[in-house]
This record gives sequence, C-alpha cells and structure tokens, in this order.
Amino acid sequence: MLFGIAWDTSSGWAFAISILPILLRGLVVTIQATVVGFFIALVVGLVWAALKAAPLRIVSWPAAIVTEFLRDTPLLIQLFFLYYVLPEYGIVLPAFMTGALALGLQYSAYTSEVYRAGIEAVPRGQHEAARALNLKGMRTFTHIVLPQAVPRIIPAMGNYLVSIMKDVPLLSVVTVLEMLNVARIIGDRTFNYLIPLSMVGGIYLIMTLIASAGVRFLDMRLPKRGIPLK
Amino acid sequence: MTEPIIKFDKVVKRFDSFVVLDELDFEVRPGEKVTIIGPSGSGKSTVLRVLMTLEPISEGVVYVDGDTLWHEKDANGRLRPAGEGHLRRMREKLGMVFQQFNLFPHMTVRRNITEAPTQVLGIPRAEARERADDLLDMVGLREHADKYPHQLSGGQQQRVGIARALAMRPKIMLFDEPTSALDPELVGEVLNVIRRLAEEHDLTMLLVTHEMNFAQQISDRVCFFDRGKVLEQAPPEELFTDPKQERTRAFLKAVLESN
Ligand SMILES: Nc1ncnc2c1ncn2[C@@H]1O[C@H](COP(=O)(O)OP(=O)(O)OP(=O)(O)O)[C@@H](O)[C@H]1O
Ligand SMILES: [Mg+2]
Repeated sequence: MLFGIAWDTSSGWAFAISILPILLRGLVVTIQATVVGFFIALVVGLVWAALKAAPLRIVSWPAAIVTEFLRDTPLLIQLFFLYYVLPEYGIVLPAFMTGALALGLQYSAYTSEVYRAGIEAVPRGQHEAARALNLKGMRTFTHIVLPQAVPRIIPAMGNYLVSIMKDVPLLSVVTVLEMLNVARIIGDRTFNYLIPLSMVGGIYLIMTLIASAGVRFLDMRLPKRGIPLK
Repeated sequence: MTEPIIKFDKVVKRFDSFVVLDELDFEVRPGEKVTIIGPSGSGKSTVLRVLMTLEPISEGVVYVDGDTLWHEKDANGRLRPAGEGHLRRMREKLGMVFQQFNLFPHMTVRRNITEAPTQVLGIPRAEARERADDLLDMVGLREHADKYPHQLSGGQQQRVGIARALAMRPKIMLFDEPTSALDPELVGEVLNVIRRLAEEHDLTMLLVTHEMNFAQQISDRVCFFDRGKVLEQAPPEELFTDPKQERTRAFLKAVLESN
C-alpha cells in the first residue's frame, strides 16, 4: 500500500491495474518537476544569455564561467550540493524545490546557448535599422531581436523539455517521490520490479511522444512572418 | 553662403590598419541633394554609416547641423568622444534607407512606421498612425498598411523603408544604394518616390547609387569617391559630360558599358 492505495497481487494484470493510480501520483510529481525545472531553465538561461552578450567583460566573463561550470559538472553533484550544502548556510528548501532548482540551473546553461544562437542569427541589418531609428537598446532587444529569435529557439527548447523530463528520476536520490522512485518502492515491497518498471518505461515513452508532438505543433503554428529561419 | 549641414573635417576611418576614409574633407549644404558615386570599396557606404552613427570614426571631426557628431564638449570646452545621450540627440537629425530594406519582418507595415515615433519621440499612437498613413499615401502603399513585409515586393518594401525613415522627420536623409537589391522592373517605383522627395521637400539628401541617369536628374552635385577621398565633384551635367580626372572618366565609362 502506498498513498493509501492497496495493490492486488492475484495476477499480473490485476497488479498492473492496481498500481497504475499509484504510479500516476508519481507521474504528477514528475510533470511538476519537469515544468518547474523547465521554467527555471528558460528564465535563468535568458538572464545568462543577456549577461554573456553584455559589452562589459566584468559582466560577461563571470556569466560565461558559471554556465561553463553548470554544463561541465554532473547534475547529481549540483543536486547534492543544493541538498546537503545549502542547509549548512541556513537555506533549507523542500526536496522537490531543491531538485527542480538543480534541474533548472543545469539546463539554464544549455538554454542560454540556445538563446545566444537564436539571437545571433538575427541579421545585423535589424540592429542597424533599430539604431538608425534611435530605438533604445532594451526596446531593440525585447521588441525587435527576441521576437525574431523565438521561432528559431522553440524547437531546441522542446528537446530540452524532453531531456529534463528524462532526468527527473535523478531527483529520487534526494527523496523526491517522482514516478521511478514510486515504482522502485512498489518493487521493494512486492518483490515484483518487472511490472512497475515496465509501466514507468511505457508511461515515459507516451509522455515523450506527447511532448515532441506538442513542440512540433507549436513550431508549426507559430507565425514565422517571413523571418528567415536559416 | 550658408553653413554646411554636414561637414567631414580630415576624417579617417580604419578597420584595423586598413584605411577606408583617408583624411576625408566633404561638405553638404542644407537642402542640397548630393549623389555619391565611385568604385566598390571606395568608402561610399562608410560615409553614410558614419553619419548614421553605425560606424565610429578613427580620426578627425564630423559636424552635423552645427554640432559635432562623434564628439561632445566637456566642461572645459574640449572635445571628447560622444556618449550615448549625445549620439541619440544627433541621430534624430538623420534618417537612413538601406540597400537590404531592413524592415522588421514580424511587424506590419504600419507598425514598422509607428514603432520609432511612438517609442522614441513619444508621439501618441493615434497620431503616429495618422502620420504613418499619410506617409503610406505618399509612397502609394496605403492599402498595404496591415500586411507584413514578406507579403510585399522588394520595391514596395523599400518604399516602406523610406516611409519608416521619414516618419522620424529627419533633416537629412541617407540612401545607400536603395535600388541595388531590386529586380530591374521595380527600380523605377522607388526612384520615383525619391525623386518626389527631392523635388517637393527641403530635405538634405545624400544618395549612393549606380543609377547615373537618376543621379543626373535629381542631384545638385555629384561626388566621385575614390580610395576614401572625394576625387572630383561637380554639378551632374558637368561631371557626367566633362569629368576632369582620368579615374572618374574610366569609372563612368565602365558603368555605362555595364548598363
Ligand atoms: N566592418 C568592416 N570590417 C572590415 N572592413 C570593412 C568593414 N566594413 C567595410 N569594410 C571595408 O571598407 C571598404 C569600404 O567599404 P564601403 O562599404 O564603404 O565601400 P563602398 O564604397 O560602399 O563599396 P560598394 O560599392 O561595394 O558598396 C571596403 O573595402 C570594405 O571591405
Ligand atoms: Mg556600399
């Protein structure tokens, strides 16, 4: 019994059906961690991208070093760091938030590169026209450059969304009850690992397919308005 | 004689060690229509880009409308490199039309024209729209106001580019080969708009072009640029029929043959 839901071990099918609602509880946590982590990655990544593009070296260098560090160290180390080291300095976050933060921070290093590439692909003439019209730098970034960068950015961001979802099981090491962790607990208690683990694999496959289709749909529906994408 | 509205005083522009403008002296009077011609790489675009503050200068002083463009005076009256505030004030005097149009592809035609007047000049949206629609009337594109740039032909896009620059009410208009990227059958409609501007307004106009007939019709003066300097300048009827310099003659001959 888990989350107040009992399982039925009379047959394989009965067992699978009885643990499905339990696994779905775990799936909710997995999706929540994915969404929160992805949101953090999108926001923080944009901040990195803006800092790395800054004309001042004292601004761009630290940002470049931090993102390089985030990219080149394993997610698990960052996770342990946030989970075990931060509390020593009085910062205690719930396990779920710690996990989502670690995911978001690591992926912010990747998304910052996506933003950078998307922003750099906007032709120089666009910046020059904005400057000739005396638009301010911030206005140029938010209203001229970003809107043209977004259609180039979306497909790559979609891939990272799927990657984040597949990395969520790592959060089980800091006690987050995401789907794989739930399946493992069921296995521990019933000595049947095959069925819950297979079901998690199947659910992941379905989720990944749905997410990929969603990204493709968004990409197709997004107005391109003659923005050259290559 | 009136003060020049544009004055290059011994201006040097280098890219690394490569000299593009070579102690250039060059003046334009208010309201004057000046065409710049010259071989590729002679610095024609650079002159316009320096004026539009897209390209800083290496040495010398540029004056626009009685003020230094790339410098401002410090407390002791000495010239120092201009800050962004000074550049923004100076930029208001100038408008530029680009060879590649450089319209904002994600904005409608009307929005392309109203964006800067509302954001930079603080003009109310309704008034900016009126101004945009008047300008679209002038370039003959009123019915395309709600389209996006990629739905227009190159000639139409360039006319929008002209309207967009005019919406800021500049004193000086810069045209860098405005018809070079166009199919031949679309060149005329753009030149007609520029011609009307030249005839009906007291705008100062600086035009880089290879359209020699057009230059002859609209300009008060034609300047032949060569290796970052003005090698020869004269009213069009004089420069085109009786060029003094051998290099000018060779250039004009080559252009005529290629047409
Ligand atoms: N950003 C840059 N970096 C290095 N060299 C440059 C740069 N911009 C221009 N140049 C060089 O400066 C020279 C003059 O350029 P400019 O664009 O002013 O020539 P132009 O007279 O307009 O020529 P064209 O008729 O081909 O347009 C060219 O040789 C060009 O290669
Ligand atoms: Mg040029």
